[in-house]
Amino acid sequence: MSNTAVQPVETAQSMEHDNDSKTIFGFWVYLMTDCVVFASLFATFAVLRTSTFGDPSGNELFSLPFVLVETLILLTSSFTCGLAMLAAHRKDQAKVIAWFGVTFLLGIAFLSLELTEFSHLAHEGNSWTRSGFLSAFFTLVGTHGLHITTGLLWMIVLLVQIAKRGLVTSTMRRLTMLSLFWHFLDIIWIFIFTIVYLVGAV
Amino acid sequence: MSKSSIDIKPEVGHGSFKSYVTGFGLSLVLTLLAYILVVDGSRPANTIIAAIIVLAVMQLFVQLYFFLHLARESKPRWNLTALLFAALVVGIVVIGSLWIMRNLNYSHQHGNDRSPSDASRYIVEDELIKN
Amino acid sequence: MNFALDNLLGFGNLFGNLLGKLSFDAIQHGPVIAGAQVSLLLGAMGTVALLTYLKRWKWLWNEWLTSVDPKKIGVMYIIVALLMLVRGVVDAGMMRAQQAVSVGSSNGFLDADHYQQIFTAHGSIMIFFVAMGLMFGLINLVLPLQLGARDVAFPFLNSTSFWLFVAGVGLMNMSLVLGGFAATGWLAYPPLSELQYSPGVGVDFWIWSIQIAGIGSLLSGINFLVTIIKMRCKGMTLMRMPMFAWSVMGSMVLVIFAFPILTATLALLALDRTFGMHFFTATGGGNPMMYINLIWAWGHPEVYILILPAFGIFSELVATFSRKRLFGYSSMVWAIGAITFLSYVVWLHHFFTMGAGGNVNAFFGVMTMVISVPTGVKGFNGLFTMYRGRIRFTTPMMWFLGFVVTFTIGGVTGVMLAVPAIDFQVHNSLFLVAHFHNMIIGGVVYGYLAGITYWFPKIFGFKLNERLGRYAFWCWFIGFLLAFIPLYILGIMGATRRLDHYDASLGWQGLFIVAGVGVMVIIAGIGFQVLQLIVSIVQRKSNLDTTGDPWNGRTLEWSTRSPAPFYNFAVLPVVSGHDAFWSIKHSRAKETKPEYQDIVLPRNTPMGMFIAGFAFLFGFAAIWHIVWLAPLALVGVIGCIVIRSASDNTEYTVTAAKLAKLETAYAKEQAA
Repeated sequence: MSNTAVQPVETAQSMEHDNDSKTIFGFWVYLMTDCVVFASLFATFAVLRTSTFGDPSGNELFSLPFVLVETLILLTSSFTCGLAMLAAHRKDQAKVIAWFGVTFLLGIAFLSLELTEFSHLAHEGNSWTRSGFLSAFFTLVGTHGLHITTGLLWMIVLLVQIAKRGLVTSTMRRLTMLSLFWHFLDIIWIFIFTIVYLVGAV
Repeated sequence: MSKSSIDIKPEVGHGSFKSYVTGFGLSLVLTLLAYILVVDGSRPANTIIAAIIVLAVMQLFVQLYFFLHLARESKPRWNLTALLFAALVVGIVVIGSLWIMRNLNYSHQHGNDRSPSDASRYIVEDELIKN
Repeated sequence: MNFALDNLLGFGNLFGNLLGKLSFDAIQHGPVIAGAQVSLLLGAMGTVALLTYLKRWKWLWNEWLTSVDPKKIGVMYIIVALLMLVRGVVDAGMMRAQQAVSVGSSNGFLDADHYQQIFTAHGSIMIFFVAMGLMFGLINLVLPLQLGARDVAFPFLNSTSFWLFVAGVGLMNMSLVLGGFAATGWLAYPPLSELQYSPGVGVDFWIWSIQIAGIGSLLSGINFLVTIIKMRCKGMTLMRMPMFAWSVMGSMVLVIFAFPILTATLALLALDRTFGMHFFTATGGGNPMMYINLIWAWGHPEVYILILPAFGIFSELVATFSRKRLFGYSSMVWAIGAITFLSYVVWLHHFFTMGAGGNVNAFFGVMTMVISVPTGVKGFNGLFTMYRGRIRFTTPMMWFLGFVVTFTIGGVTGVMLAVPAIDFQVHNSLFLVAHFHNMIIGGVVYGYLAGITYWFPKIFGFKLNERLGRYAFWCWFIGFLLAFIPLYILGIMGATRRLDHYDASLGWQGLFIVAGVGVMVIIAGIGFQVLQLIVSIVQRKSNLDTTGDPWNGRTLEWSTRSPAPFYNFAVLPVVSGHDAFWSIKHSRAKETKPEYQDIVLPRNTPMGMFIAGFAFLFGFAAIWHIVWLAPLALVGVIGCIVIRSASDNTEYTVTAAKLAKLETAYAKEQAA
């Protein structure tokens, strides 16, 4: 059965563009699902915030200056990620790798600080098995940390692909998704910083 | 060796150096402001909490606009629609859960099977709430 | 015995640690379960033997297992789902049999723990593997064709989703042999599901099989939503989409925003059990009600996820078989939107009785009643479509009529349950059980069975036997009423759900026996369906669909030949209104010679299977605490993803010339 009107052009170029459009939108939708995962963890944290089972509350456990440094590091890394994307749109491969390198290092710094905080808490006996509050804390912040780790791994893989293939359609598309991911993680951190650490300290 | 690099104009807009610097600067200010408010601690707790939440939401918008270029995509704005729906669900889940759990926690601690007059007497007496 | 065996085989301590908690003790014993194990084994061995005898391993691998064609993936989903339906119905049969005889001094043939595993497995299988499987199967088969597209948005992801689903099925069935299943009910409420009260691995099997399958579902949700938004053919605006596509859109929006809640909640329960955390434990600051709150925040959208595509199928059927355009297209779209939104604000009605105050209960009660309004709109529009139509009582149409009667009964009891005061009387009684089975069987199952019958010729090229289909329908319809109306009565009489024994003085046994007969009638219906399949295959030459449009359909899938070619459309259609195919059929424009172009299609790949295989291993390791396997499996998943992303060779081209040849060959076949 044939149709009677003019059919759309299916050139390789238009299909690549369509590919980008739908893949990036699909990734955005995935990020929205990640929002809901974090929302569930935030809700659980909010409910269990006072379930310290007699232990010290967040107030006494967290060091705000320490967390501020973490926050500023992550924020900066989001900025450098943006700079990397600007370089990508200018097709400046060297700068892309350089700025993502900086982003990567900042991400590593953030993770190390976070792991330091976690191990410090655990060594003092305030581990995730201690209370509902601590379980929620470690899981919420830890899930964010796992996402950061995934992002860092993604950075390595993608930078290797860029080094081999250059800034072609596929790698540009993946860079866009990676930067969306990285910015998204900083946005989640705004709320962790505020709700877990700041509100806890009030 | 490399395939042709087509310049994509995706529905996700891309910004300028200026927009990233502005976004970074604003986020910095909002972060430090929230931090200072808490560390200073001279205002009542509820005010501080309300303020830092507002600051967080402001930073969310800043980053959505300057880093994620959300409002700048070409029509139809599917990314924005998806985000708004996500925000709605997040709101429902978080606020709904808090409302429900607070309600349940109250009932589980204090019971919820009193008559209305008994209940109001109890609330005044045991919870020292002024009538 | 086991210690001796370990030593005999030289395993000793090392092996014991290597396999975590796994040991020979894990093998499940018992006469009833042995029956299940034997069936499983025979089925597996029989399949292997058949494939070997027919020398079809390579064909299976190339044509099916590594396929990224949604038509193939859809068929595989449906086959797995139907196999799991058999297991779920056997579970149901066992429960009915137990409840029919376990009265007074008799304790039936199932002990309490076994009975509890059965009802847990029954619910989990039916929801996660039968209903979700049939749904995703039908969407895969039909959606791209209806939208005038060649494929879904992300074909590789589609394959991965299917295999993750299979991994979940695998884990759940493994528990029949090793370790046993959860005995907590299909939603595994804590504290019962916590380690303290469920120290075995059953709950872990439940967690991981559903978690892995759930991730597959979530990815499918993203896939199908992007397909609908980005891959409609030219001219098909959203308001010109078939109603099935709209219903899938609503359902996928629900999947996308509800399944993450399930992912998070299952993870928290797993963390409690595996790492000693205190989210939902009875002590240590845990709050079990938070689990119930979160799991139902997912659980309610889940049931709408299941029913919306069924509504969509019925909309297609009623228009086709009334030979009339669907009544009230816009209001139907509005209704889907309203149902989608409202699904998110009713979840507390699943736990009205668990301590919320009057205001909370009232809000959710009212919202629950409101959601029946758009549902009613859809029902009425279906009837208005029939009014003054020229109705053909084919098997799919029978399913629709059965749905109207059955689902309405269930819906009415739903509005009753929405009133907290009534719910306090019948919560967790058989009244509730009857209500939700009413909705799921009368709505979801009837819809998907109708869909399979309706679209069968499109996929396989021949129609299913009508008469046997009708017998099957009547058995289901009458069997359902026999099996569940007694349960409504029993519920009001005070019978609680999940009872494996009750007192003779209650006078319930008669009704339980009637219910048992009902299940047997349903099983007869399934028997007719199996017979229908066999007979239809044997008689396929006389039931061939030679035109591609066996039902005089209205939507684009009927514009292709049957079976649909692997590229769906040689030339992508361009539409200009509703019921696109109907206008094409009845337009007076001249048929021009089609201009073929090169088509790019995705290559088959086993990567999706490998990713799911590693996910299965991860689940297995998590369940049995096999410490070294878990990170390895995770590395495997990540490795597969990285390898896939580095692969350049994921697509192939079908040249215009090849297309022309294929199409001409078909036309010749037609003429012959």
